[in-house]
Amino acid sequence: MTTETDIRDEISPEFAPGEVPESTPAPGVRHLLSLDELGADGIVEILRLTDRFAEVTRRRIPKVPALRGRTVCTLFFENSTRTKLSFESAAKRLSADTMSFSPGGSSVAKGESIRDTVETLEAMGVDAFVVRHGSSGVPWQLRSWVAPTVSVINAGDGWHSHPTQGLLDAYTLWRTLGTGTDDHPDLSGVHIGLIGDIRHSRVARSDVAAFTSLGARVTLIAPPTLLPPSLVGWPVEVSHDLDAVLPELDVVALLRIQRERMVEALIPSLLEYTNRYGLTASRATRMRPDAVVMHPGPVNRGIEIDSDVLDTHPGAVITRQVANGVAVRMAVLFKLLGSEAADPAQFGTGEGR
Amino acid sequence: MTSMTIGIRGGELVEPGGRRHAELLISEGRIVDVGEGVGEGADLVLDASGCLVASGLVDLHTHMREPGREDAETVHTAALGAARGGFTTVCAMPNTTPAIDSPSLVRDILRLAESVPCRVLPVGAITKGRAGRELAPMGEMAELGVTMFTDDGTGVADNALMRRAMEYASGLGVTLAQHCEDPALAGGGAMHEGEWSARLGIPGQPAEAEELMVMRDIALSRLTGARIHFQHLSTAGSVDMVRRARRAGVAVTAEATTHHFTLTHAECRTFDPVFKVHPPLRTSEDVAAVRAGLADGTIDAIATDHAPHTPETKDLPFDQAPPGMLGLETALALALTELDLPVERVFDLMSWTPARIAGLAGHDGSLRVGAPADICVVDPGQSWTVSGRAMASRSRNTPYEGRTLTGRVRHTVYAGRAVVVDGGDGP
Repeated sequence: MTTETDIRDEISPEFAPGEVPESTPAPGVRHLLSLDELGADGIVEILRLTDRFAEVTRRRIPKVPALRGRTVCTLFFENSTRTKLSFESAAKRLSADTMSFSPGGSSVAKGESIRDTVETLEAMGVDAFVVRHGSSGVPWQLRSWVAPTVSVINAGDGWHSHPTQGLLDAYTLWRTLGTGTDDHPDLSGVHIGLIGDIRHSRVARSDVAAFTSLGARVTLIAPPTLLPPSLVGWPVEVSHDLDAVLPELDVVALLRIQRERMVEALIPSLLEYTNRYGLTASRATRMRPDAVVMHPGPVNRGIEIDSDVLDTHPGAVITRQVANGVAVRMAVLFKLLGSEAADPAQFGTGEGR
Repeated sequence: MTSMTIGIRGGELVEPGGRRHAELLISEGRIVDVGEGVGEGADLVLDASGCLVASGLVDLHTHMREPGREDAETVHTAALGAARGGFTTVCAMPNTTPAIDSPSLVRDILRLAESVPCRVLPVGAITKGRAGRELAPMGEMAELGVTMFTDDGTGVADNALMRRAMEYASGLGVTLAQHCEDPALAGGGAMHEGEWSARLGIPGQPAEAEELMVMRDIALSRLTGARIHFQHLSTAGSVDMVRRARRAGVAVTAEATTHHFTLTHAECRTFDPVFKVHPPLRTSEDVAAVRAGLADGTIDAIATDHAPHTPETKDLPFDQAPPGMLGLETALALALTELDLPVERVFDLMSWTPARIAGLAGHDGSLRVGAPADICVVDPGQSWTVSGRAMASRSRNTPYEGRTLTGRVRHTVYAGRAVVVDGGDGP
């Protein structure tokens, strides 16, 4: 049987057991609530760091001891499979301990408030909360409740923000398109079409922030009912006509459409939506051949995108987005929780293994 | 107690006719003398030096939460806060649990109000249970002295029902007041729909949700000849429509809250539900329009829409938290310092005109012999720091927490009793 120490020794010979960097709380409070708060420099820093951790994830044993002894608690008030697993996987690859809380409605039934839940979990010794909630702003409330030493990471709040998704989408484009340099993430000159339910999408808001901060040109493509009620201050262009814009796009970023939007009379039917805004097989022929196709998942095959296009278009990077998601979240956790002294370069190159 | 005399000395009286330095002598619930030195030798002498002395404030819009949410506020605690804020009369909104929609519930409120430091005028519901389907027995409630009716918290959405309610009310000589919000267009929005709601991903309600109902009620007032009072006007479009309706001679009156002339929707960027209120905080253009409406007389009254909620309920996510904020203890300071209006106009907006809208007899702002001894004494120069915990309310959801305001109530006399003395609760 292999113990954890053995694994660590095997993957990181540079670290003798006594030399594992202590995960002392970093000076100052560090959170990731939105990309606006992170800022352009912060975005660049995380993307460069992601490159290092992407290398770690490609190793035979993709695990480093950077966050040994730290505890990351996922707190998902809304169902999610991929984001929760991605964060847990990222935490484990950094050797952090993980806890998971999914209220599933029962605590509401028992009358426990979010605040009490968080304070209870905090008392068990949590260094970072990774929180998802169906209501916009909950991570901000949570930050005001926890001790200043506890980090809060937004894993998606309402329609508002999903910063790690924005970061992983930007990382995926930077590395797929080969823009900028290895040291300098950049999307200048790249025209990205963000298609679908922008109004209700936290992914769209974070993608816009991430893409435009790296210099990309972003066009929102949706019927007016699925656009935000105001676009004042959004550095984007808008179109209601996918066919007109599609041939110009370097990147076709699709968003998930939810069935309840029909009940709210925002679209007449899913069929009409697909006819006007879906990446159908015939429409796909009018894309640039080298266009990158993205989707945050889970995909409604046949609605946002034709099944064959999804499976065969060479520029479809949906699974790459998922893989990069783990590396981005490792970078985020490391930046927020890691010791100032620890340099991810010290984790070894992984070469020769 | 009522046989005790009170002298108010050293202050400047503020009346509709202007300002003058004089003392007041109060006895048996009335002003019994006005003039130089008349307060000397009273049983209780209240020092008003440096202060303005005026008729007590009248709030057209107070949520006292009793019955039903006594954990958030009671008639007693709301009245204490009112007195500290310089109010001697408040209109208790009927959106309690159960709603004030019957004579027995009106009697309950009147009974609760007997021993509190402020006059409480129960406001009745227009429809049974505020459900917007059948008229509540307005006539029976009017016989108990109720002069104003509203389904506040929601508007009466059914056009035909509102028409009948206005016709019926005009026969009783009572006033209907409306919380203007078209429920379908508002769509459950938790803040103003616009730049900030789009950025924050919070469902919004457009200004037009309020304006459509203002427009409809102006039309129904024209049709029926009945008076309509608009509660908490918050948009430039609403102010403009009311201005034009008044010019055209339609029988409309309107109030605006302190938060709608001091705060904008940008406050919601903190996601702190203390800034959630209905109607929502609007744009800076709307704030400017409300201020202009207060300045030019389009808006008759400043109301508080004092709406206590316990910390437990306000700690919910923004879209789930109940709307409302405290207002009684901060309203006068905000009106005195934020509006750039002469103090006579501030007292007109907060006391003399709301008294007329509420049907409060004898409360015309004149501090003459024989006038009711409901008096507010405020030091317009005193600065203080807002603290929700320090307020009389059982709740602490003030949006001005930590802010320094200028203008503080020093004494309040209600019905001839000193209920606030030197800023503290009276005996």
